[in-house]
Formats: sequence, structure tokens, C-alpha cells
Amino acid sequence: MTDTTADTQAHRPAWRGLIGFNLLTAILLGIGGFYLGAWIGGKLAVGHDYLIGTDQNDVGIFMGFLFGSIGWLAGLGFFNYPLQRLVGRAPLSAAAEEDMYVVPTTVAQHEGGIGRYFRLTTDHKVVGIQYFFGVGIFFFIGGLNAMLIRTELLTPHEKAWPAGQYISLVGLHGTMMIMMTSAFILGPFGNYLVPLMIGARRLAFPRIEAFTFWLVPLAGLVLLSAIAWNGFPTGWTGYAPLADEARAGMDAYIFAFILIAISLTLVGINLLTTILTMRAPGLTWGRLPIFVWGVLATSFLAALAAPVLVATMLMGLMDRAANTSYFIASGGGSPYLYENLFWFFGHPEVYILALPGFGIVLEILPVFARKPLWGYRLAVAGMLGVAFLSFLVWQHHLFVSGMNASLRPFYMLTTELISIPTGFIFLNAMGTLWRGRIRYTVPMLFALAFFFNFLIGGLSGIFLSDVPSDVTTHGSYFVMAHFHYTIMGGLVFAFFAATYYWLPKMTGVTLNETLGKIHFWLMFVFFNLTFFPLFAAGFLDMPRRVSTYAPWLQPLNDFVSASAYVLGFSMLIFIGNLIWSLVFVRQAAAENPWVSRGLEWQVPTPVPVHNFERIPVITAGPYEYGVPNAQPVADFGAGGLAVAGK
Amino acid sequence: MEAARSRAPRHGLGILWIWIVLSAIAIPLVVFVLGPHLPPGKMSSESTDQTNANIVMTALLTPIILIVLVYFVYSLIVFRAHGDTVEDGEPIRGHGPTQLLWIALTSVIVLSLAVWGSYTLVQSAKGAGGGQGPSPAFKPTGSKAALPIQVIGQQWNWTFRFPTYHAFETRELEIPVHRLVAFHVTSLDVTHSFWAYELGVKADAVPGVDNVAYVTPRKLGRFMVRCAELCGLWHGHMAVHGRVVSDSAFQAWAAKEQVLNRQIIPYLGPYQRVYVPEPKHRAG
Repeated sequence: MTDTTADTQAHRPAWRGLIGFNLLTAILLGIGGFYLGAWIGGKLAVGHDYLIGTDQNDVGIFMGFLFGSIGWLAGLGFFNYPLQRLVGRAPLSAAAEEDMYVVPTTVAQHEGGIGRYFRLTTDHKVVGIQYFFGVGIFFFIGGLNAMLIRTELLTPHEKAWPAGQYISLVGLHGTMMIMMTSAFILGPFGNYLVPLMIGARRLAFPRIEAFTFWLVPLAGLVLLSAIAWNGFPTGWTGYAPLADEARAGMDAYIFAFILIAISLTLVGINLLTTILTMRAPGLTWGRLPIFVWGVLATSFLAALAAPVLVATMLMGLMDRAANTSYFIASGGGSPYLYENLFWFFGHPEVYILALPGFGIVLEILPVFARKPLWGYRLAVAGMLGVAFLSFLVWQHHLFVSGMNASLRPFYMLTTELISIPTGFIFLNAMGTLWRGRIRYTVPMLFALAFFFNFLIGGLSGIFLSDVPSDVTTHGSYFVMAHFHYTIMGGLVFAFFAATYYWLPKMTGVTLNETLGKIHFWLMFVFFNLTFFPLFAAGFLDMPRRVSTYAPWLQPLNDFVSASAYVLGFSMLIFIGNLIWSLVFVRQAAAENPWVSRGLEWQVPTPVPVHNFERIPVITAGPYEYGVPNAQPVADFGAGGLAVAGK
Repeated sequence: MEAARSRAPRHGLGILWIWIVLSAIAIPLVVFVLGPHLPPGKMSSESTDQTNANIVMTALLTPIILIVLVYFVYSLIVFRAHGDTVEDGEPIRGHGPTQLLWIALTSVIVLSLAVWGSYTLVQSAKGAGGGQGPSPAFKPTGSKAALPIQVIGQQWNWTFRFPTYHAFETRELEIPVHRLVAFHVTSLDVTHSFWAYELGVKADAVPGVDNVAYVTPRKLGRFMVRCAELCGLWHGHMAVHGRVVSDSAFQAWAAKEQVLNRQIIPYLGPYQRVYVPEPKHRAG
């Protein structure tokens, strides 16, 4: 069946791609669904606005978002197969179903072309690229918000933006970044690379995989719709009493976070199942690439932590739309409940951001030091240790909240314990560099910068974990500098390391190395010049999220803003490099440009639709550099398992 | 061969020596040059404890940062590849004793930090100026005789009430020196955070919660009060100056404020540990 459709569609003119289920219909049905839902909600809750004393109808807005989301998914064709089954179409045979997963559902993908990136597809390689650009666009918008924030902070008084607009920018920047960077690595690289690295042809649940991606741009658009109601005043944490009195932008925040949390949970379950059950024969736990271990630990966190966020946000939604009072003190609820639930998700969340970065840098270091990964088991223990401990530390965000004050020594201990497994990762890196043959390629530079940034970010966390010191630094710019060092300096640098390292395999195109190095040095230097002074700003009593500050801090803030602009400019160099290399030059990448032993580098470029002609048998670990008589990493030949029908 | 063998330990020794020399230079600099400038200063017992904590931790973290940086810089220079050919290094997969030593060292450092932090919090600093909720577990000695001051956060102002002085209310904060003060922090609307920077006090103002933080001022002078928890539009404007004054000056000020308050006290409502107003309507 797939063969014939491929034949007929090979002759379709390009404009035919616009017809059918794709991003365009998704947007149209999404907008239509929003207005339909808002109308129904308005009818359902007539007088509701009077009831809770506001000038807006939250029921209508939530119904709008719900119907809009259903419209979006219908527009993409998510309901086609279930509906066809409902009206009596015969189920696919087992073989056809297997083929459908590997090849595609709604549109035959053999035709290739750019159109497949704007459709529902179950090919993990297409989803990976979709994630890369989808998340990248929202990361760019979040970065622009940061530039606007720094513009306001050029002066100690409100000047560039009105106070309300400034606070919206802060909220949008934080929320956009946290939402989008949750899937910053799991999305593009987890989806694309995990099957290639474990010798599989697909993820465990390909339709869920497509679903998780398409929720991400939807969540981004819902969040951006908050601008239509002048944003929301709560920052990314959305603390409850403030969130309850905020206007409808808050509804967008709540709904977007629900969508992202559902997506994150499903990503976690999908990757977890894939890694646990679909490894190629011979791929023992001791041979698993360290990046896959990082993804495994992260997926574990995502699957366990993100559902808590869904519950929290649903309670917030009820408080706003149904007049409950989970978080409202005067109604018998407690703002502490929100803080507890939010940070029970929120702290594992920051390790959802950090752990894949550990995996990436430890994956890249052995390749460019030409040595086996030093202390492989320690690295695995480090990641799993961080993942486990991250569930036990959340109240260190609440040291001065007055909640469970006598438990503070416990949370101080657990928080400081996390630095032990994190220290393992540093020891792995140091051991791997020892007596290596280090090559300074662009991915290696980013990976090394990761360790510098994370060293500062991690050790500044020690101040925050110590209660007496945290009394000064809590809620100040010190915290802000700390988590930008770990998330931007850690995760984002790891993301760029991964981008420069794997994009040649993912796109088949080489990125320009000179531009890459300029990008690296500008980003590294000005990242540090931007965020290091902010530790001092925090020490000098500048609270977070303010648009006005003490006038004598102006020189410091101006310096930071100027550095931030150059940091922003370095991103433009990257985007320029991406467009220049992908669209104009298109220099074909070698199959294995880094001479890596990783399994993902042993398949052809571009990666064939089925990944592997036969499922390979793994014969050796991926880091056997310099080992005398090392086996090739896998046997792709007759020893491999042939797949039915191929 | 001889040369190769004698070179092997030299890398390690070289790194060690560079580290020792740099640490010997950097630690005194950190303690004696940077240390006195570390926040939040020495205006109260609590802020002195916090400043000392910051100095100790900065001094402790300096050699840790240095060993990692020295190791990385040394390795990146010495072990760099020469030429364009890709050549493999030695296949060293790990070294048990080094790993054990690393685990032991980091564990010792981390555990002693936690023990020391808990000791300062519980025993020496007695809560360290942080908010401890309605029934504080770590009380400074003489906490029963502490001067209670209620701090009320609301969008976007701080007000202060003195229950032992007929509950007068003011928007200025003056506290007597050398006397234990118990701040009872609460909020009328959303969550704020009462941050008296120089005093080393920070306590969230949560609606429906009486959050207690203790402080003993030791020096006369002005201090800054800010809001450290995002509370909406004018979060950055919730800043007022407070003053630490002598006991006699405080009594005089309190008497003056009571006189000023006499006319509005009937309309203020009785002093309560928490106030639970109706949920605020959404801003139009």
C-alpha cells in the first residue's frame, strides 16, 4: 500500500502539499475552535463573571483553549485513524501497522520534501527535526524577551516599558524558556538519536511521539496569546494568590503549562519504554552510550514530576474558573499548597533541564579526547543519583517561606548531597581528558565551556543551599545568576555542543566551522560577562524581577545589558550560520566527520527511512578509543536480524 | 622509556603545585580583601552570622574552583592533539583509588558543610534571621521578652504594627539597638517577602500565615527594606528605609507615633496575628 501511494505522490506538484492535514489546517481549526469554545463557555457560565467579581469570563477562555486544542489536533489529522476505525474500517494488519510506524501515517514520507515537517508524522527522525526548529523558534522569542528586559534595566527607573509590560516580559521570558527548554534536548536529540544509538527503528510509541511534539507549538502559541490580555504578572512560578487575582493572561499560562506537562510526561514514558525494551541484541547496560543514560534518567524525572504540574495547574484553573479555593487563604485553602506542589515539580524540572546536558558533554568528550569515557559506571551512578535526589530537595526554594521551618536542616543536607553525584560528572570529564589527544572542534569547545559554566553555577548553589546564606540571597539576583549559569551555561551550551556535533548526521549538511568558532567565543565570553556581575548585583541587595533598582547599581546593570546584547548577537551568528549552511552552501557532510565510534555515526547520511537495513548486533562499547584490537561497535551484516518483508 | 616513566607523575605533581600556590594566594585574598565586603554586613547578630557563613563558604569554594580550573587548563594545553591526524590516546577506563578518593573527599566536604550549616542555623544563629512560620523551632535566648513588630505586606506597601504599644500602625520602621526583635510577617493579599537587607532578615509574607523572624540589631544606622517575592506590578517599588536607633530614641519615637495614631486607631481594627480579608477582586 505504501508503495503505490509513494508512486502516485511522487508526481504531485508542490502546491498540493498545502492541501490536507497540516500546520495550516491546524491553525485554522485551532482558531475556529477557540472562538467556538469561548462562545460555549460564555453561554455555560452566564453571570459567572458577576459571581467572582471580575470583568472577564474565565470559563469561556478555558473552554476556548480546550476547543482550540482539539481543533489544532484535528487539523493535524490526529483523529483520522481513530475515526476511521469508529466508522468501521478494518484495522491494519500487524505487518502494515509496523510499517506505518516506521514510515508514516497520514502522508507517505518517501516523497521527502519540506512539506513533511509541517505535518503529523511518526518518523522519529522527522519529529526530531521538527522539535529542533519548533523549540528553537520559541527559544529565540524567549531570548528576544530577555533583550527587552535588559533594555528596561539600562535605567534605574521605568523608562523603556511601562511597569505592566515589563512584568509581562519577565513572565513570558521565564515561562517560555522553562517550557521550551524542558524539551530542548529530549525533543530534538532524544527523539532523533535514541533509536539510532540503541539500534532500533523507531520509538516505542510513534503516534504518541508525534502527539508530544505537536503539543509543544500549541503550548507556545497559547502562552503567547497571553499578550492579548496584557500578559500575566507572576513570572514563571505563577505563585497562587497573585495568580488568582491576575487577569486572563494567567489562563493562558495555566493552560499552556498543562499542555507542556502532558507532553513532557508522555515524552518521558515514551523514551523510558524505548530504552528499556528496544535495545538491539548485545547492547548491554554497560555498553549503552552515556547520552542514552542521561535521557533515561531525565525521562524518569519527566514521567514522575510533570504529572504533579498538571494537577497543580488544574487546581489553579478550578480556583480561577470554578470558584474553588485550593490556594486562597480566606476560603480555607493555602498558598503554601501551591508552593509545595509547584516546587515538587519545579525542582526535578531543573534537573530535567540539566541531566541531558551531562549526557551530551560526556558523550562528546571521549570522541575529541580520543579516549574511553573515564569511569563509565561512576557517570551512570552520578546521573541516577542526581535524578533520585532531585525529588528530595524541593523545599530549599521555601527556606524563608515559614513552611516546615524545622525541616530546613534536612533540605539543606539533601540539597548539598546533590553535589556529590554532580561531582562524579566532573571527575569523569577530568579523567577523560587525562593524557588524551584533545582536538578543539566546535562541539568540543561548547562541551568544555559547559564544565566551566556549570562549575560556577553549581558551586554558587552551595550558597543558596546554606540557610543562613540563603536568607540574604533568596529572591535576589544571586539566584537569577545561579540558575542562568546552570541552565543557560549548562543546558544551552550542551544544546549547541549537540547541535554542532550531530547536525551533520541529522541534516546531512556541514555547518561552517569558522562561524561556529566565532559564535562560540562570543557566546562564551559574553555569557560570563552578562551573568557573573549579576552575582554581585544579588549580593548588593537587588531583588529579582524588578524594573527599578538602586541608582548606584546602574553602572553594573548597564554593563550587564551591554554584554547581554552581544550575547544575543552571538545567537544571530548561529542562526546565520544555520541558514547559510543549510540553505545556500549545502556542503554535504561526511558520514562520520568526527571519526566517532558511536552507533549513530555508522549508518549512512542521510539516515535511511528504516535506520538500519538489519537490526545490528552490538559487539563492543562505544568508547573503545585506543583499545588495542577493539571490535567494531556493531555487526550490521548477516549476523544482524533481518526485518520481515525487507 | 626512562623519560616516559619519570614524566608520568610529573603532570599530577605539576597540577598539584600550581594549585597549592594559587590557593595560597587566593584564599587570603578572598578572606581578607573580599571577605569584609561580602553581604549583608554586620549590623545585627543575624547578619554577622550570614556574613561569616558567606566568608567561610567563599574561602572553602575557592580551592575547589581552582583545582578544577587548574586541572582543565593544564590538561587542555598539555594533552592537546598535534597535527591534523586523528590519533587515539591511552585507553584508561578509570582508576579505582582516584574514584574512591574523590567520592570520599566530596562526601566529607558536603557533609561537613551540611553539619556546619545546620549548626549555625539551629545553635549559633538560632534561625539565622529567616522566616520560621507561626511557631519557630529555633528561638534565640530571651525570645519571650522579644519586642514584637508586625510587618504587613500589601500591594505595594509595607506597614508596621507595634502590638505592645497599643498596636499603633506606621509606614516607617524604627527598632531599638541591642534588643531582640520578633518580626511577625503577614500579608493582606498576595505573597510578598520582607527583606531587611542589612539586618539579615528575610521572611515571606503569606496571607493567612504569621511568619516569625528574629533579629538583634547591634549597630545604629539605616537599613533597606525590600520585597523579595514577585507580588505584581509595583514589586520593585516596595522599598522603604528603616532605622536602628538607641532605646531612648525608640521609646520617644513610639510615643510620638502613638499620639499621631490616636485618631485613626478606632478605625484600624483590632490587632490580629493574621488578617483574612475577602479575596481581592481582579484588577480592572
